[in-house]
Amino acid sequence: MPPAQYIEITRRTYDKLGYPPYRWFHADSEPAFAPVEKPLSESRLGMISTAGTYLQGQVAYHYKDDTSIRAIANDAPIDKIRFSHITENYLVEARKDSGTVFPLESLKTLEAEGVIGELAAEFLTCMGGIYSQKRVVDELIPNLEAAVKKQNLDLLLLVPL
Amino acid sequence: MSLIARHFEASGLPTLIIGSALDILEAGRPPRAQFLNYPLGFEAGPFMDKKGQLEVIRHGLKGFETIDRESIKPLSFTWNAGWELIRQREGEVKSDDTRSPRNTEPQYQTEEDRQAADGLA
Repeated sequence: MPPAQYIEITRRTYDKLGYPPYRWFHADSEPAFAPVEKPLSESRLGMISTAGTYLQGQVAYHYKDDTSIRAIANDAPIDKIRFSHITENYLVEARKDSGTVFPLESLKTLEAEGVIGELAAEFLTCMGGIYSQKRVVDELIPNLEAAVKKQNLDLLLLVPL
Repeated sequence: MSLIARHFEASGLPTLIIGSALDILEAGRPPRAQFLNYPLGFEAGPFMDKKGQLEVIRHGLKGFETIDRESIKPLSFTWNAGWELIRQREGEVKSDDTRSPRNTEPQYQTEEDRQAADGLA
């Protein structure tokens, strides 16, 4: 199976529907590269999910450039994990089995096996489908940064939708 | 997601994306990414398959120790049944418009969720 061309597929669909094109982030420079200082088995790992993940009892995300975030305890009950993301069509199965996009159980197992040194007490979530890159930079990233700072992490896993 | 990765990496925190949209990853140039060639919605592994999900994350996380410069490395997993599942499901969708309405109302997965969060919004 060759990799799907999502940017082109979305451009064609939006064009057909008369929507302005979704503006994907295109990097114009090399990224910074922070060295990994110690093995995963000795590291404290955090996670951010952009699948609009929330826990029953929390406020769900809205679909108009929601730049808020949620924290989900790493021992949260799996059957209370929910998703609210603008591309709901990709979440049909995840809403029956959250482990397809929110790997809480897999991470807990790897921590118990000693593959991961330690997990952050909470995983962070946000809405991935934000149309305004300015709001991602000015609002979403500072929200995430403030939460990540408190977690004293060595490594950060990012799982998009 | 690449914007977020680049930001944290620049602040000194090593990041790793496990993602399934290769072209979007390539456009965003994150520092470390593992490409899982599964349909979107299965970035953390196959449906109703805990062992498969565990192996995706186990192998994906190795990227922290094996990627030593900006790279998007392919993971070796394949899942033909997953692509078939999506093909069948998408065949049943009548409209091309898969975007949900864009407004500021929280979009609860279930009515029970709305009630559980009542008073917080």
